[in-house]
Amino acid sequence: MGLDAFLIVGAALFCIGIYGLVTSRNAVRVLMSVELMLNAVNLNLMAFSNFLDSANLRGQVFTVFAITVAAAEAAVGLAIVLSIYRSRDTVDMEEFRLLRW
Amino acid sequence: MLMAAGLGEKLAGLGSLSLAEGTQVGVLVILAALVTASAMGVVLLSNIVYSAFLLGFTFLGIAGMYLLLNADFVAAAQVLIYVGAVNVLILFAIMLVNKRQEYKPLKLGNLRNAIAGLVCLGLFGLLLVTVTTVPWNVTTRISRLPSTTVAIAQHFFTDYLLPFELASVLLLVALVGAIVLARREFIPETSPLGYPDEESLELVERPLQQLPAGSQVKN
Repeated sequence: MGLDAFLIVGAALFCIGIYGLVTSRNAVRVLMSVELMLNAVNLNLMAFSNFLDSANLRGQVFTVFAITVAAAEAAVGLAIVLSIYRSRDTVDMEEFRLLRW
Repeated sequence: MLMAAGLGEKLAGLGSLSLAEGTQVGVLVILAALVTASAMGVVLLSNIVYSAFLLGFTFLGIAGMYLLLNADFVAAAQVLIYVGAVNVLILFAIMLVNKRQEYKPLKLGNLRNAIAGLVCLGLFGLLLVTVTTVPWNVTTRISRLPSTTVAIAQHFFTDYLLPFELASVLLLVALVGAIVLARREFIPETSPLGYPDEESLELVERPLQQLPAGSQVKN
């Protein structure tokens, strides 16, 4: 029951998020993986805040900001996915190469 | 599995713990199993609706871990914002974009997934070694605040006031941007008289023309 346990859970969550981000074909699942990674980072911040800086709680303040940014990111990302789906009629990440070649 | 190995030595000394600490360790093990298992489900299940609901379980498990870390305010915010807003938003997006299509198999698709899995496992091993070898300067005495809500509010309105205001501006910008991106665009044609007529001032939506998947956009 220490700092290590929380950090290890955060690391596992982050790696699962990276795997989903790289391998998913569905654009909505990619956004879900990004949320997983943001939650892993938040968990790390909270663990450090409790075990290393419990008098100031600065990690909790940063976590609230990260949650805010994550909410904004989810809203804009899903709007972009919806917009691309309307024009391209697919959610396959491999088909989204408008900016590539 | 690796996480269980990390917790195993702590579980070995469980007999000497008091009842409160034993309960905390047990709850932490249950929450860690819930979080990692449902996160694996989010990534690996083929049905995306199941993934979205499992994502909600992940968020709830993380909120429980925040409670273990003496952070009641952030745990409540996590449940409200992630489970209540982000997860529902994702479910709505799945409903709007629910297209059951067979993805064209990629060249060397399985090899790509295997390489990605190996890289992620390697990264996890690296992080594991880092976490367990760094001598963290852990304070033995956890200071007992009267209320985390009061402490966070004091931070927000004194030394973090500018980021707090910027966050509200960011939320406003994201709100407007999401609406602009998600509604179908309509450019009103100007009338030959020089001023816009009544109809062009209305917010009429019209569908975009559909491009077939994989086609090149002609500029």
